[in-house]
Amino acid sequence: METIIYVFSNYILMVLMVVYAFQCFYVFRYSSEKERDGIYLFQVVAMSLIYLISFGIIWIKTGDVNIPGFYGLSQMILWALILLYRKLYPEANKLLVNNMCMLMSIGFIILARLNYNKARKQLMVVLFSALLALIIPFVLKRFKRLRRFYKLFAIAGMASLTFVLVFSRAINGSKLNIRIGGVSLQASEFVKIIFVFSIAGILTCSKSEKRLMMAAVVSAIHVLLLVASKDLGSAIIFFMVFTVMVFVATGRYRYLFGGLAGAALGSVAGYIMFSHVRIRVLAWQDPLGNIEDYGYQIAQSLFAIGTGGFKGMGLFGGTPGRIPVVESDFIFAAISEEFGVIFSIGMILVCISCFIMFMNIAMRFNDLFYKLVAVGFAVTYGFQVFLTIGGVTKFIPLTGVTLPLVSYGSNSIMVSLIMFSVIQGLYVSVRSSNTDGV
Amino acid sequence: MFKSRIRDDNEKTNNEILFITYVFTAVFVALIGYIIYFTAFKSDSVINNAYNIKRGELLEERTVRGSIMSGDGQVLARTVTREDGSTVREYPYGNVFAHAVGFMAQGCIGVEAMANYKLLNCSDFFADRIKNDLSGVRNHGDTVVTTLDTSLQETAASALGDRKGAVVLMDVKTGYILALVSKPDFDPNNIDDIWDDINADTENSPLLNRATQGLYPPGSTFKIVTALEYLRENENAASYEFDCTGHFEYDGVDINCYHGQNHGHMDLGLSFAKSCNSSFANISSGLDKGKFAATCNELLFNSSIPCPFSYKQSTVKLDGDSDSADLIQTGIGQGKTQITPIHMAMITSAVANRGVLMEPMVIDSVKTAGGAVIKDYKSREYGRLMSEDEAAGLRELMRGVVLNGTGSKLQGTVGYEAAGKTGSAEYSRDKTKSHAWFAGFAPFDDPQVAITVIVEGGGSGGDTAVPIARMVFDDYFNGK
Repeated sequence: METIIYVFSNYILMVLMVVYAFQCFYVFRYSSEKERDGIYLFQVVAMSLIYLISFGIIWIKTGDVNIPGFYGLSQMILWALILLYRKLYPEANKLLVNNMCMLMSIGFIILARLNYNKARKQLMVVLFSALLALIIPFVLKRFKRLRRFYKLFAIAGMASLTFVLVFSRAINGSKLNIRIGGVSLQASEFVKIIFVFSIAGILTCSKSEKRLMMAAVVSAIHVLLLVASKDLGSAIIFFMVFTVMVFVATGRYRYLFGGLAGAALGSVAGYIMFSHVRIRVLAWQDPLGNIEDYGYQIAQSLFAIGTGGFKGMGLFGGTPGRIPVVESDFIFAAISEEFGVIFSIGMILVCISCFIMFMNIAMRFNDLFYKLVAVGFAVTYGFQVFLTIGGVTKFIPLTGVTLPLVSYGSNSIMVSLIMFSVIQGLYVSVRSSNTDGV
Repeated sequence: MFKSRIRDDNEKTNNEILFITYVFTAVFVALIGYIIYFTAFKSDSVINNAYNIKRGELLEERTVRGSIMSGDGQVLARTVTREDGSTVREYPYGNVFAHAVGFMAQGCIGVEAMANYKLLNCSDFFADRIKNDLSGVRNHGDTVVTTLDTSLQETAASALGDRKGAVVLMDVKTGYILALVSKPDFDPNNIDDIWDDINADTENSPLLNRATQGLYPPGSTFKIVTALEYLRENENAASYEFDCTGHFEYDGVDINCYHGQNHGHMDLGLSFAKSCNSSFANISSGLDKGKFAATCNELLFNSSIPCPFSYKQSTVKLDGDSDSADLIQTGIGQGKTQITPIHMAMITSAVANRGVLMEPMVIDSVKTAGGAVIKDYKSREYGRLMSEDEAAGLRELMRGVVLNGTGSKLQGTVGYEAAGKTGSAEYSRDKTKSHAWFAGFAPFDDPQVAITVIVEGGGSGGDTAVPIARMVFDDYFNGK
């Protein structure tokens, strides 16, 4: 009888996820906010049910007395985020708020299943970041001269990447983290935000004739510093963000295709110059043939996804613990193994929905600076989602980046929440004042 | 290049944003399509990996492992549910299919291993599966139908008897593996109880599938390869002549015929039929080392082979810089050459099938427990290993072995005429000890099956291996 309940609930979770994802797109059939609001409410119900059922299973399976408390607290935070956004910023994009909370819900569930301590740490970071997320739109509404500080942003970005490169200890060959007062900071995560601001500022504010050149130089320095730190995933994300922002700013396709050609050349150069890039490519080409060493991660990930199949093994039905770094870079494989591929495709659709909403918001701005910031964040987010899911499914070589809002990682989740709320903040400030910020 | 104007704020730049949105969405759709494709079609073969056994065990808790059937419709392995709800895996033929069907326990080998996830996958109508899931009934895994034949397998196993060795029987036109026996064997029904013993038995290695993983010196069976190379390099091979005095000397290398026999005056056919080492040393000494090595590689030495079972690679140590000793020793099948019985069967089957090798296959189809066919595996050509003329020339030589030479124990067969090559491969300093080989096919005029027999320490191939092949051929053509 017990197993029947688990199997049954797994089907329910799948259906709820599919319905939620469907509504992310179906909602645009309605033009009035009132009709849309019904769907948004339904989405909140769906995600809360997924949350409740999943934590019910986790509690029964582990018998861990901490689980109900964790569930209650985290659910309260997510609900509070949704409610407070509605109260404080009625103009905010509700679909984006829902999606943000949905992705965090999935993250909490799978983290609590994999490693309760990590889930608890993640919750603490989210609690703090959620406060930031609530305040940011308010600050942005008042503080409209952000763009003037683009030089400061550019210098701060380059300086912190240099600092990390020089002073951090290498972990797995990559210099990513620096410890300050017991907190491990991954500079490249935070620089993602100010990088977008600095490039948008250079492209729109600088009076210089050579502002494109300036943007290119600033970007190149960022990318090279990241390459030197062996953080190739971030390097390629920064490069893509720069290319797309220049393309949108100029409307010239040659910059887009030139940038893509540059990325291709850079990848080839990276392949020739760095043995760890070659290993990634080899692991991608034949993970099973190299399963005893560098193919192990991807092979385990494919085993997990393949064994879970479309309907999944159910929570605690699989062995996702066998995948290395499963809580961060390989979280997608764990979700697929236990919830099934149908569920994870639903989750990808939610990510696509977020990306489209970012772009949609970008299109609504008249102010080019805001437009560029929104596009920059959209590409940062969308490309990172593509890199991580494509990497763990062997669609593309693995680059080792996290799945925003879902993966474990205090820096990753904090930065993702800030990005989501900055977009909301800009959107709110423009919609409420109806005048473009100066 | 960097002089392009940046737009003014009021200029609409949404076309570019739309374009980027479409591109990203398209890339994501491709990613989703790939994940669906992987899960639906690719994941089966990926997850069936020795490193993924734990997940298989988890699946087994929810699915009753499917049955394995022989080509003639007999059950080779099935899972029986006891009264208390626990299940047990049964192998009705016991030892006979030990290595071919294999087992899935602490280790895993055979069809059980290669079809593990097929047996754990239930292809029943999805609504039925959901119904089973929801009512707590374990789904019944699919049935795997093999190409193995119970009668031929039993004949091969009993013909080999208690001797160490292997027998492989292959259909040359389809690549079907009809029988695959390795001895010593074990009873897979008791695998959990005997595991520690047979795993620790390094002297007899009963777990080793000698048919596919046993590497042996090929002895005179390798003269098939040497003869092929000689035919390739000499258009007038028919006029070859040699006077055997029982031994041959060249460049400081001294070769003796088996048991010091003196074969007298011979052409190529008789040299091959009588397996004259002196004559073949003479032939080898004139071969082009580089081309000979290339021919070996074309016959899949030193490379992967299309074998569905776990196997070892056969090796020939020869290249353009090898010395005369290596060249001649290789040519008569001694030296550093090593080959697996299944590889020998593949070469023989290519000779029999006009030079074309069919991919050996052991899984014929997958059905639902109810019997509906899910997947029917088709025979596939692996490729041409030699020209039609070369294959025909080799078949003549191999027929001569039965008519005039070491394979005389295959004379007088009823209902078919056989051909082949014997081998007595020395494997230790003690020159009186040898492995007995036979690689052959039948019928001679329209070959259907190829066989390879090896008996470890069995002495002469003609005396020991050929009679085993004859018993299997008799069963195949006349039914026991």
